[in-house]
Amino acid sequence: MDILVGQLFTGLSTGSILLLAALGLSLTFGQMGVVNMAHGEFIMAGCYTAYVTQQVVGGAGVSLLIALPIGFAVGGAMGLILEVLLIRRLYHRPLDTLLVTFGVGLILQQVARDVFGAPAVNVTVPQFLRGGVEILGTTVPKTRLFIMALAVVAVAALALVLRFTPAGRRIRAVVGNRDLAETAGISSRAVDAGTFFIGSGLAGVAGVALTLIGSTSPTTGQSYLVDAFLVVVAGGLGRIKGAVVAAVALGALQSVFETYSTASLAKVGVFVVIVVFLQLRPQGLFTLRTRSLA
Amino acid sequence: MSKFWESRLGVWSGFAAAAAVLFGLAPLLLSGFRLGLFAQFICYAIVAVGIGLAWGRGGMLTLGQGVFFGMGAYLMAMHLKMADAEFRGGPGAVPDFMELAGVRELPAYWVPFASPVFTIAAIVLLPTGLAVLLGLAVFKRRVKGAYFAILSQALAGAFAIFLIGQQSLGGFNGLSYFRYFFGFTLNDPVNQRMLYFITAAALLVVVAASLQLRRSRYGELLVAVRDAEERVRFLGYDAAGVKVVAYAVAALFASIAGALFVPVVGIISPASIGIVPSIMFLLGVAIGGRGTLIGPVVGALAVAFAQTALSEQFPSAWTYAQGLLFVCVIALLPGGIASIPAVAGRIRVKHRPEAVEATT
Amino acid sequence: MPHRPEHRPRRAARAIAATAALIVTAGAAAACGARAGEETDAFEPCLDTSGDTVKVGALNSQSGTMAISETTVLDAILLAADQINAAGGVLGKQIEVIDEDGASEPVVFAEKAEKLIREDCVAAVFGGWTSASRKAMLPVFEDYDSLLYYPVQYEGLEASENIFYTGATTNQQIIPALDYLAETGVESLYLVGSDYVFPRTANAIINAYAEAHGIEILGEDYVPLGSTEFSTIVNQVSAAGADAVFNTLNGDSNVAFFREYANVGLTAEQMPVMSVSIAEEEVGGIGVENIVGQLAAWNYYQTVESEANAAFVEAFKAEYGADRVTSDPMEAAYNAVHLWAATVEKAASFAVDDVQEAAGGVSFEGPEGTVVIDGENNHVSKTARIGEIRSDGLLYTVWESEGPIEPDPFLDGYEWAADLAVAE
Repeated sequence: MDILVGQLFTGLSTGSILLLAALGLSLTFGQMGVVNMAHGEFIMAGCYTAYVTQQVVGGAGVSLLIALPIGFAVGGAMGLILEVLLIRRLYHRPLDTLLVTFGVGLILQQVARDVFGAPAVNVTVPQFLRGGVEILGTTVPKTRLFIMALAVVAVAALALVLRFTPAGRRIRAVVGNRDLAETAGISSRAVDAGTFFIGSGLAGVAGVALTLIGSTSPTTGQSYLVDAFLVVVAGGLGRIKGAVVAAVALGALQSVFETYSTASLAKVGVFVVIVVFLQLRPQGLFTLRTRSLA
Repeated sequence: MSKFWESRLGVWSGFAAAAAVLFGLAPLLLSGFRLGLFAQFICYAIVAVGIGLAWGRGGMLTLGQGVFFGMGAYLMAMHLKMADAEFRGGPGAVPDFMELAGVRELPAYWVPFASPVFTIAAIVLLPTGLAVLLGLAVFKRRVKGAYFAILSQALAGAFAIFLIGQQSLGGFNGLSYFRYFFGFTLNDPVNQRMLYFITAAALLVVVAASLQLRRSRYGELLVAVRDAEERVRFLGYDAAGVKVVAYAVAALFASIAGALFVPVVGIISPASIGIVPSIMFLLGVAIGGRGTLIGPVVGALAVAFAQTALSEQFPSAWTYAQGLLFVCVIALLPGGIASIPAVAGRIRVKHRPEAVEATT
Repeated sequence: MPHRPEHRPRRAARAIAATAALIVTAGAAAACGARAGEETDAFEPCLDTSGDTVKVGALNSQSGTMAISETTVLDAILLAADQINAAGGVLGKQIEVIDEDGASEPVVFAEKAEKLIREDCVAAVFGGWTSASRKAMLPVFEDYDSLLYYPVQYEGLEASENIFYTGATTNQQIIPALDYLAETGVESLYLVGSDYVFPRTANAIINAYAEAHGIEILGEDYVPLGSTEFSTIVNQVSAAGADAVFNTLNGDSNVAFFREYANVGLTAEQMPVMSVSIAEEEVGGIGVENIVGQLAAWNYYQTVESEANAAFVEAFKAEYGADRVTSDPMEAAYNAVHLWAATVEKAASFAVDDVQEAAGGVSFEGPEGTVVIDGENNHVSKTARIGEIRSDGLLYTVWESEGPIEPDPFLDGYEWAADLAVAE
């Protein structure tokens, strides 16, 4: 019984990690149709941002809070550069974007290896996030609660930005119908750049948060990337709601499978479930009705 | 110039030249070790021909060819292990790695692989069948573009993880230590050369088959599906069926390559078939020219050669070079090396460079 | 390229037929070689010892995921070669190390091993880390009758005439670790490992040991290599309440595991973790605060107190920087080069046959203590040590075996291991 309650939280917490990693993707892939394989490396950049900040600032607690906005800026800036230099030229060739960004990811990994060295570096967990909290008889690590909270905040902030700010309105307009939005005087180029900035920035934030539970090494980003893409595919195009539900569902699925079999088979099981699910709903959980045939 | 290569004479002289290089020049010039390496590169080139068909002609970005490559390789490896065991311990003997792991009883699914005929049939049919099933499941539901790419990639990841968990398939270490290939000793230089000839011949056959497909009505249809799937469907064709065929042929080629890879290299493990190796198969295709017949072959050989040569000199530089190649070739020269003459020609007659996109 | 509609299936069909014919001709033209069971012509080694130098190979991953560990081994190999050269070389010849990158891929290891033997004509090769890389190289070294010195602890169950194993086999690492745990009163264990061959074999041994010694195994979990999601497993470990955890995780997974472990409030006092893949190099990435007090089983730590080790650590830091640490695999690689040199001196020859013949009984006063090559199985005798991780990030010996333990890769000397089964 204890295990089951624990699994409930595990599912939620795995889901929230997936969600943090996938939220930026759901924006860039879901809303713009760009498959950014370097997204994992933006997460890694966030991890190293947390590391460098901690080296400079010192105190683990303060540096974590400072690193979150810096991580957003670093990830966002990298995304912006990528968008302006490469992706902008490839909007009508989504599959080529995938390969180009994979190449960018390879380069970024090697840069990290040459700058920070191949071994994993340590980001110290702040004192107030050490240890766990007793909930319904199981111990839930505070770091995971923090990540859950951060995921909720990130989703809420993104939703608010998209719904209530002029920039958000423009993004939604371009997603809904690019040509019509252009006719209405919206610069779709500027909107694309902005969307990419936000999406990549979220990857940076995810990276900072993930240092609390995982390792920080040049290959860190890769381990999150495929799962994140699956979340977006299963969640459906263009809907943050879809990403949220899919992330939590996949997280729960993974941890349930893991309880009853091994972690390896759980991964395979999750993949099978997704393929079967796409048979039933090829458009994903939720879909945005647009006129384009994606 | 390109007209010549499309003519009857061109095709024949092309094949003759390739045969002269593969069967004459290469064995003459290369040492036994380098010839073995070349055979390994040719295996990659065979995969590339299939990708050229599915991706270049059919527009399906298959990021999961490692799955089919791996299936062919593991099926062949199982047969070779069974043959070894039988040679050492008589029929029904357990392969050496299982014996060490304490397995006394052969798992049931290994038993049929004692038969060479069954193995070859499996190498041809299993990956092709899986590709048909997957293709039907995916293409019939009109999952395409990036969605298909991501799914195929996840498939490669899941397959590698699955294999690592299978101790009766060697787990993470994979299968290695093969002594005999259909009754011939593998460490005999004469047989190694023979194996090279078989691999080279397989490449020629695969290229010829690909040429056949490209020039048939089906080949036209495939390109039409790539460029305007909706219209093909509205004309009454089964667009999904067209794609499934190309996907299955690509899978078959990859499986053949994998089956040859095992005796040539002497090992197959999950490390050779996961997500990253699967994407690496694409690099050569993109560089050579995805839409052309010979481009993928030349590209795959060139990349494999560059990797060996560069990594002997500067290990970390190769990773940068790989990344840069992906970025530069695909962003700037989507038609690959094969499109350089065309690009140069267009620039000369002052056309807009964007016109190159005809090949994508 | 503009595509012209052309429908000429028959022509292409003929092309296929022609190629098929080509295969047949090629098959006929090339005389078939030896069939199974027949003798093949032995490979002629091309080693050239006429000059002032002798070439050896160093084959380690300098790129890819394993570079993190293997580059340190290369450093140790180069250090040993320099020391031998400074002392006059081997049989009066200076050692010339040719290093190749294994790129963390077994296929590349096999390829480069073949290159070193056949093109560079080296006298011996030092390197390899993962079992997959060793298994990939083994047939190459046997086919071309050459020598590999493999410097990493591994799962045993192997003894090739062409490989010298200078790292620990299971009875020099796993079993002493279990003996230590049993001595300290541990009656139940939880096993956590990465999903590959070493953890599976190690856990099979642990299960057999536990059955024979009345230790209860409360759980056995595997995660995919590189996995960083440990909440489920740590929940299960925590709920099971074992006396100790035996950890065979590899690489980055350790970071996530120990963070989760510390975060749910488990400590070394409550439930110690015995690790067999965490050395000085890895502690930094995990964060000392997450792992302090936990145990590890190796044959060597930087803190081992001996003259040989003091000299080794000093030389290493002088060469590569004061902030570097030395670890078990590095020490085993360092020993490997010295053992090879000593064997060659004893044989008075670089030829593989002579070296193999002379190897039994060759010893070297290494940083971990005396190591002696066992002529029967080509492993070396080693001292087992249990270490505790302290707050300075180094490991300190808390228990050590009485003298070096003889290698027993197939565990023939252990009755309870007679019927070991690894596969599930």
